[in-house]
Amino acid sequence: MTIYLPIAELPVNIFTLLALGIAVGFISGMFGVGGGFLMTPLLIFLGVPPAVAVASVSTHMAASSFSGTLTYLRRGLVDVRLGLVLLAGGLTGTLAGVVSFMLLRQLGQLDLVIAVTYIVLLGTIGSLMVAESLRALLREWRGEKAQVKRPGAHPWFLRMPLKMRFRQSRIYVSVIPVVTIGFAIGFLGALMGIGGGFLLVPALIYLLRVPTLTSIATALMLTLVTMTAAILMHAVLNQTVDAVLGLVLMVGGTIGAQFGARAGQAMRAEKLRLLLGLLVLAVGLRVAVDQIVTPADLYAVSIDEAAR
Amino acid sequence: MRGMAASLLALLLLLAGTPARAELVLSLSKARVTITSNFTGDTLVLFGVIDPGVVAPSASPDVVVTVRGPRESFTTWRKERRFGLWVNVDGRSFLAAPSYLAVLANRPPADMADAETLRWEQAGLDNNRLLQRIGSDYADVVPQDPFRQAFLRVKQAQGLYFERPAGVEFIAPNVFRATIPIPGTAPIGAYEVVVKTFNGGALAGQGTLPLEVAKVDFEQTVAITAQDYPWLYGLATALMALTVGFIANIAFRRD
Repeated sequence: MTIYLPIAELPVNIFTLLALGIAVGFISGMFGVGGGFLMTPLLIFLGVPPAVAVASVSTHMAASSFSGTLTYLRRGLVDVRLGLVLLAGGLTGTLAGVVSFMLLRQLGQLDLVIAVTYIVLLGTIGSLMVAESLRALLREWRGEKAQVKRPGAHPWFLRMPLKMRFRQSRIYVSVIPVVTIGFAIGFLGALMGIGGGFLLVPALIYLLRVPTLTSIATALMLTLVTMTAAILMHAVLNQTVDAVLGLVLMVGGTIGAQFGARAGQAMRAEKLRLLLGLLVLAVGLRVAVDQIVTPADLYAVSIDEAAR
Repeated sequence: MRGMAASLLALLLLLAGTPARAELVLSLSKARVTITSNFTGDTLVLFGVIDPGVVAPSASPDVVVTVRGPRESFTTWRKERRFGLWVNVDGRSFLAAPSYLAVLANRPPADMADAETLRWEQAGLDNNRLLQRIGSDYADVVPQDPFRQAFLRVKQAQGLYFERPAGVEFIAPNVFRATIPIPGTAPIGAYEVVVKTFNGGALAGQGTLPLEVAKVDFEQTVAITAQDYPWLYGLATALMALTVGFIANIAFRRD
């Protein structure tokens, strides 16, 4: 059964879209990531124009992150204070990212910058996560005890001034690195057209030493706010939000996210990190392969200015 | 089929009432393609009658039907390997190129007339003018230009440009029929159907019909709201997203 998408202006199979939503929703619920870094390329592959894909995915991410945030809120796992401080940096970063996006597009090198950023970022973070979680699993398999965190052993950037206590996350750190992380996530998110959850979760775990589940819950809350802002921004500035596409994706996505969230909670934190690491690494490799392998056609056509 | 019969009838009525000197009479099965939520593409039928007076009894006329969609500007990029990565190194702008281009003919257009005539009349996919910006100049280039060929290749792969050398069929010595496929991905806007007839290697007659591809009903409402009331549309979409998220959360609540 096909359905015509009014803004994307093409017919697609509704079941393909639903399945896509459920699959990506499952992953986003499980790892607390928005799933944009998976969904956007898949929609473009289906023929949806990139600008419409990026904008419409934000509606899907808003829905599934809201659903996920509610679940985690009820379990008292969201660190609202940490989320708000991150958001302060995040919104500034988003603005900087949007400006860079426009500049790079004028230079005609946006695709390359996006691809290289994906490769470097996903490759690094994926490898780090896989290595760390394997080490943790190996330690456990050998029967060694996990290293006890010593309160005085904070890295230098957490000992900067303007310290603040985040009770839920059980950390007492400077707000400077927190705002910086928020800024970086917002900047990269706007530039790469993603929510940034898959960057934020490891950043919270490894840099700020926030417990895994609190990281996931807080990242979901941040995704919710940034994606709701993104819907409005895209709708007003570009008119590229396809509500029909978004609705089908979010119905599939929220159902998938519920099962994903349960699967995630049933799983050990180290295994969860290993899986997310492998997933991030796989997407990074995929982008790298696309850039390195000789393309079928050495020419590509982009639309500069639509007829409307 | 009924639409086809009706349009043929309309054409005959038109013929009956037409004063003597019409070289070419055309009728399209519908002038407006409407897009609803189950739209996956459409097929139009064009009927044409060539006035027997202009055709020599021995000669067989040739017909080229060209359908051009609304104009858009494109950039064709050429990739090259730099530091192991494939990078866009060079780009050409194609200004106001048709977003949809269909060429239908009763035989390969190249056989109908000499190259210069065909180029002048823009008969055949390769003879359609595609304006490029080269430096500060605007010009069309030779058909062998790699950017132009790449542009045609990409658009053909998308199913938006095509040439069918057997797309026009003569159902009587001077009556022809052409089937125009409109794909589901066809851009919205004003189209133009241009019919040119050739006889003995020269242009014998031509005619133009307008065609419109438009969204209607729900599709139109959504598109118009998105364009004219972006704040309302954005807020409504955001609210819809939060509602769906909330409902899902309640529906699946276990604790």
